[in-house]
Amino acid sequence: MSDSNFNKDSLKNTLLVAIGLCLVCSILVSLSAVALRPMQKANKELDQKQNVLRAAGLLPSDALVDAQGRDVAEIFASFEARIVDLDTGEYVDGVDVATFDPIRAAKDLSASTELLKDEDAATLGRRENHSIVYLKRDANGGLEKVVMPVRGYGLWGTLFGYLALEGDVNTIAGLGFYSHKETPGLGGEVDNPKWKALWPGVQLFDAKGIPALSLVKSRSPEGSAAAQNEVDALSGATFTTKGVENMMRYWMGEGAFGPYLKKLKAGTV
Amino acid sequence: MASAKEVLVDPIFNNNPIALQVLGICSALAVTVQMSTTLVMCLAVIFVTTMSSFLVSIVRNFIPTNIRIIVQMTIIASLVILVDQVLQAVAYDISKSLSVFVGLIITNCIVMGRAEAFAMQNPPLLSAIDGFGNAVGYSLILILVAFIREPLGSGTLLGYEIMPLVANGGWYQPNGMMLLAPSAFFIIAGLIWALRSWKTEQVEAPEYQIAPNAQYREAL
Amino acid sequence: MLEQYLGLFVRAIFIENMALTFFLGMCTFIAISKKISTAIGLGVAVVVVLGITVPANNLIYTYFLKEGAMTWISADFASVDLSFLTFLAYIGVIAAMVQILEMFLDRFVPALYNALGVFLPLITVNCAILAGSLFMEERDYNFGESVVFGLGAGVGWALAITALAGVREKLKYSDVPEGLRGLGVTFICVGLLSLCFMSFGGIDI
Repeated sequence: MSDSNFNKDSLKNTLLVAIGLCLVCSILVSLSAVALRPMQKANKELDQKQNVLRAAGLLPSDALVDAQGRDVAEIFASFEARIVDLDTGEYVDGVDVATFDPIRAAKDLSASTELLKDEDAATLGRRENHSIVYLKRDANGGLEKVVMPVRGYGLWGTLFGYLALEGDVNTIAGLGFYSHKETPGLGGEVDNPKWKALWPGVQLFDAKGIPALSLVKSRSPEGSAAAQNEVDALSGATFTTKGVENMMRYWMGEGAFGPYLKKLKAGTV
Repeated sequence: MASAKEVLVDPIFNNNPIALQVLGICSALAVTVQMSTTLVMCLAVIFVTTMSSFLVSIVRNFIPTNIRIIVQMTIIASLVILVDQVLQAVAYDISKSLSVFVGLIITNCIVMGRAEAFAMQNPPLLSAIDGFGNAVGYSLILILVAFIREPLGSGTLLGYEIMPLVANGGWYQPNGMMLLAPSAFFIIAGLIWALRSWKTEQVEAPEYQIAPNAQYREAL
Repeated sequence: MLEQYLGLFVRAIFIENMALTFFLGMCTFIAISKKISTAIGLGVAVVVVLGITVPANNLIYTYFLKEGAMTWISADFASVDLSFLTFLAYIGVIAAMVQILEMFLDRFVPALYNALGVFLPLITVNCAILAGSLFMEERDYNFGESVVFGLGAGVGWALAITALAGVREKLKYSDVPEGLRGLGVTFICVGLLSLCFMSFGGIDI
């Protein structure tokens, strides 16, 4: 240093360096955050839409466009998002569908209900009071597909996914998980396209309208009533299989989407 | 003063941060299941280490001794935030699978270690080269681990199938353990063994010598 | 409610063990695990620091940094989102907490200070501490959960390092191949420990 009076350990210099550094760093960090925010927001929305569409079987799992070359925003435009009150099964207006997050709602004490041990088949702890559904209607206004968020506890942690039903509100159109912690190669096979391909066409409810879907080691003979409600279990992953089955029964049952699905089927919502 | 070439090459084999110095394995092993996440993580670490060494070295003559750690930490944390923000904007999928591990670069001992041990005493350019060399030495190990884990664990490399799996009608039965945490430890142990068999001067001295049997005749 | 906390505590210790399933705090984990007594000392320090910093960072996150967190000051701040500052804030809180804890122990509990003193500065750069706060944010824990998670994660880490130190104390008498001696064989032990902890998977309380 040419300045012989310079002392880097002086109080003045310490304060100067501290303040200067804070200023430079905060400007740099804030600039980058502000400049990149729109892109990040767009990414988040795209990701969520992708998850919905992949579960519904409308988008291949490894591409961003479907067979007709339409991109995510285009396919998603044909869906209508609605908020549903899970207790009554009625639609709720006045909630912003773009920012509504059922998982966040389940953490919010004022927007969720604690589940008792015997009603909590999917081991969730709390269930949100409102959830979201995505509806796709055909040209005549008839229901073509409905997609709902589902989640439940597997072996290592909670599996988060979407379940898509056909317009008859009984036949499954697809099931996909976007986040889970299951053992790779065993429970992690929930992501295997071959296993996922077993789901479309399976019936959710039995003849009496009770959720009867089950994951089984060997399926009932082809054509029997029970076979319609069965999906092959994942080999070597008892806990994950049980978790998926419980998840389906819980979310499609009276405690969750049941009331809504009944009304949807009857056409009263 | 060490030449730039030495500073660059030395940490890659002779003084590898993971294999010899046991630095910085914390934050990064968890992402070695897939090659793509590993590469992104390595690029992030290389960027942060090089830049932080460079920046710390530029201001080294002004940094008061008693707040130097927090100054280094702030510089590093700002760089990491920058990386994280950019990743979230341009590579959302990868940033999601890296989850908290990008943030953990802040506490990666290599970054701090090089800033404190080298950049505080050396000119900017040389410090940047030193940071780069160390980060590359570190990345090399991570990439090797991923190069073993991804093909053996899921039959793919960078997402492309190289060994068709039995489940998809091929011949390869994947080794599930490669996808789990313990395999990374075993692979690193193997790499260290290989490196030390090659560079024998890195072998550690035994901590405990078993005393020779004083009454060996009785043993006979 | 209590059940949920107990479940989280057990998960944090065994199933999602910081050291053995997330490789966190590895540098200190390997470097300071040669003797059981020092390992326990460091372990306790980690429990204390995690138990304090995770809830502290949780408060900072919910009341300052999260999007719309500052509405309690004024409704005008509803759209302010400072979540990009989390890394800086967390590491600052951790460094400050460690410093305060050190001074506090030195002044009021000198016996504990003498036992933990040397480890405290090391802990600031221990990835497990920062990771505790980052996981708290990512998994959206509330205040109560952060306390339980912080303590549980700390206990899990302490348990892992003590177990490793126990193995290494015995290990020094064994005849290990030259290239594996020291670091190499330690990694293998950590791998085996990690496999053992996997058997806790599926525990659900």
